[in-house]
Amino acid sequence: MHGRPRKPQKPVDDASIAKAAKLRVLQAQFFQNHHDKIYAKEALEISAKLLETNPEAYTAWNYRKLAVEHNLRSETDPDAIKAVLDEELRVVESALRRNFKCYGAWHHRKWVLNKGYSSVDHEFRLLDQFQKADSRNFHAWSYRRFVAALKNMSEEEELKYTTDMIETNFSNYSAWHNRSVLLSHLLKQKIEGFTPREKVLTEEYELVHQALFTDPDDQSGWFYHFWLLDQTVTPGAPVLVSSWPAHGSDLFVSFKGNLDGGVSSSFTSFCSDKGAFPLIIYFNQSVGGINSSTVTVKHLFDKNEDLIWVPLATNNSGNAQAWVTFLRFPDVKDDSLKAYPVEVKVGHSQCAFTVSLRSIDSKHGEGGSDMEMIVWKDDSFHASEPLLLSPPVVSLDQATTNKEPEQIDSRWHEETLANEIALFQELLSEINCKIGKLTLARLLRAHDKMIYKMPFADEKTHSKEVLDLFSDLMKLDPSHSRYYKDEHSLVLMEQVVSNRESLLTYCWKYGEAHPSYLCNPICLRLSKLSLSRIGSFENLLWVQMLDLSHNELWSIEGLEAMQLLSCLNLSNNKLRSFTALEPLKLLKSLKVLNISYNEIGAHSIDTSRYLFSSPLSHTVGDDWNIDAYVTDGVKMNYWEAAVIFKGLYLTQLDVVGNAIVDEKFNLFLTHILPSLVWLDGDRVY
Amino acid sequence: MEKLEVEKHAQYILSVEKRKDDFESVVMEHLRMNGAYWGLTTLDLLGKLEIVDKDEVVSWVMSCQHESGGFGGNVGHDPHILYTLSAVQVLALFDKLDVLDIDKLSNYIASLQNEDGSFSGDMWGEVDTRFSYIAICCLSLLHRLDKINVEKAVNYVVSCKNLDGGFGSIPGGESHAGQIFCCVGALAITGSLHHVDKDLLGWWLCERQVKSGGLNGRPEKLPDVCYSWWVLSSLIMIDRVHWIDKEKLARFILDCQDKENGGISDRPDDAVDVFHTYFGVAGLSLLEYPGLKAIDPAYALPVHVVNRIFFGQMKTCPTQQSSPRLQH
Repeated sequence: MHGRPRKPQKPVDDASIAKAAKLRVLQAQFFQNHHDKIYAKEALEISAKLLETNPEAYTAWNYRKLAVEHNLRSETDPDAIKAVLDEELRVVESALRRNFKCYGAWHHRKWVLNKGYSSVDHEFRLLDQFQKADSRNFHAWSYRRFVAALKNMSEEEELKYTTDMIETNFSNYSAWHNRSVLLSHLLKQKIEGFTPREKVLTEEYELVHQALFTDPDDQSGWFYHFWLLDQTVTPGAPVLVSSWPAHGSDLFVSFKGNLDGGVSSSFTSFCSDKGAFPLIIYFNQSVGGINSSTVTVKHLFDKNEDLIWVPLATNNSGNAQAWVTFLRFPDVKDDSLKAYPVEVKVGHSQCAFTVSLRSIDSKHGEGGSDMEMIVWKDDSFHASEPLLLSPPVVSLDQATTNKEPEQIDSRWHEETLANEIALFQELLSEINCKIGKLTLARLLRAHDKMIYKMPFADEKTHSKEVLDLFSDLMKLDPSHSRYYKDEHSLVLMEQVVSNRESLLTYCWKYGEAHPSYLCNPICLRLSKLSLSRIGSFENLLWVQMLDLSHNELWSIEGLEAMQLLSCLNLSNNKLRSFTALEPLKLLKSLKVLNISYNEIGAHSIDTSRYLFSSPLSHTVGDDWNIDAYVTDGVKMNYWEAAVIFKGLYLTQLDVVGNAIVDEKFNLFLTHILPSLVWLDGDRVY
Repeated sequence: MEKLEVEKHAQYILSVEKRKDDFESVVMEHLRMNGAYWGLTTLDLLGKLEIVDKDEVVSWVMSCQHESGGFGGNVGHDPHILYTLSAVQVLALFDKLDVLDIDKLSNYIASLQNEDGSFSGDMWGEVDTRFSYIAICCLSLLHRLDKINVEKAVNYVVSCKNLDGGFGSIPGGESHAGQIFCCVGALAITGSLHHVDKDLLGWWLCERQVKSGGLNGRPEKLPDVCYSWWVLSSLIMIDRVHWIDKEKLARFILDCQDKENGGISDRPDDAVDVFHTYFGVAGLSLLEYPGLKAIDPAYALPVHVVNRIFFGQMKTCPTQQSSPRLQH
């Protein structure tokens, strides 16, 4: 009962009872006819009357279709056929005048029109009437698209209709929507008058500016503007943005054990007892179809066609931003000092690095025992000597070479963005408009991303201004503050890790002695930054030890790209459930994990329930056997934890400070993680 | 903050069920099956399901089944997928899915899939992504998703995705929160949420919250309690629900209660109905309102019911024998 005022409750009045009784009689007569398959004129009139009173009585629409089919079965005279169908259109029209949102009535009309006997022009006239009365009715818009297709109307003509509707009322989101649908078709098909794309989009910007400046607080135009921005900056073909080992780096690999002190940079060392190291490639967007025919790897010890590429994604779409394969170590029999070149080519992107084998130091130099506990305390870390360090920060012009020139495009892109930025800076100097501020922040980010892509750009980025805008928005629009907070975090993270100097201030050396699995004892400490979300993974592929504690993280989406991670601290965040930890399943090197003091088990609604692989979403195979997760004394609500942990070989885990934790749960953990040595600081036997 | 009038809402639902004489009740007769689902699910969330006669409901539901296998909105009404899902959901609430001829029912639903992967609502061919959701949800609850071409069904839903990140009823149709719930729900149940641009859609959805705290279904529209379900459940499925002010929304819903006679309306001081009572209570459940049972955002059934269906075979073993010990 939409929009009807609440009245004090009173006994049902006689008028209503009489009206109800009348309708009930009508209904009974109708059902009698329907069940007896009576399609005579009088019977049809009863159904028409019923539908005029109650257009939602769907069975009556069905009945009328049966009647039409029955009565036209032997009819060949086109005029007679048309007369029957016109009667249907009349019934629909009067039903729609009673209830404009009646699905059954609209469908009945389509059904009649599809028979091909009715005038389409009449439909347009009717729609004009209806759409004037309610310009946002989505049934009418949908029906309009239907009759336009029936009449073979050109998309240009319909686009003109949206212009008219928009100019009548800038606030018509439905018209803006239809415009975006039509225009993207027209642009895609490069219809005459809709090329070049740049010219068309420029005109659209002008149109939407009129709307935005007329009423800056109306959302309709802003959503359209956001779509235009997306059309302006959306990347075309996927481009490789970073890799591990990084472009131009010299990787030193060794078998299990520590590297000796002679190595110049700990950022590029790797050790393993498996004789292989991962090669990770990271794209600017999610891609599929990465295999040895789309990626070429030149490496003396592997045949390209033998390499198996795996997408780093928690879903089973076969697409991912990051992909991994494993390359073999150089042969020990060869000169161990020799550096072997590796070249990777994907499409127009490529990267190259060298790899060499370093001596295996059996005396364990500065190494500690693998059984020792990692302590995440400030005094475990000391500032690393800057000279020895050179974190492989991505600089796109260095990491990859994109040989396809896009000069004209990028000039238009840059000019458009610069124009829009100037325009909204001006608007915002006059009024305080939240969605305008958000748009400006998005424009500035898009602009930064663009200049970042161009070689030798010496322009400064706007990250400070963007951060200020988001801080402002949090105060201006507190209802959505956590949206702005998430955006703020992503920009902050970008600022922190995207240049060498800044990144270095967050790199610390762990301990005097460290376990052998940690062949690179540099810890990236991004704790206490008030981050609610993380990103910029393309710059973090080298990290083996990461401290994200004391933030406000609710998600670790994207972390699966950090394949080298062996120690991870997520304590004191806002993670709500084990299902939010699914990226961990893909971190096969993980040994030490701290998820203490989060909110796991504290909520009745699990917000990542459907982003997690489970029988609920049919994202597990037929072999998924719930009984496999049931061990002694294990309650069924631990199965999510079991799914996360069963493929990991953790030696150290901290879970204390989560609502789910009790003695039973800890017992369960020791079952599911036989490799565990330390649980919440206690030795497990 | 106002508090939820649990007792009054339960009584209101029972009273609507008994009322048969006024005009409104007759007009609503064709969707009594939906009404049963709204009312009974609300009662379960309120912890009051035991006040209804289970056997009576189950036998009434079964009397609405058509020979084709589908269910009508009431006894004698034509079968339609809309009422078929409600029937299955009601039976699921009572743990009575075993009274169904599951093959017959799932064949009926599967027969409504079209060549392009879409679904018709019944034999008359109206196509809508609402029906895609219903078919997928229903078959999943019956463990019979293999009866349809899931890949095509997913592709059709994806073809209804719009440039604002939302979804429409058919390709090109405008985004609408109710439709978004259906499409996101269909993708959630088929493990296909990677087709959703979570940040883009999440922002569009969170912008549905207006100053009063209530949610609307499309830009520049009035808030309405029913969107507490459509928008919230969608935001939860894509893990972006923290982008709205939950407390303000809870307050808006509670302000729409008829504190005297029970029931919840679309906006404060409007007339109440079962539909909005369900969406209000379900919304509060998604907001973790104390004392309410949790509802599942994709199947639109209490979590305990969904867990029973998908994890039901799991046994809990109360005792344990030898196990590793912690040293303190």
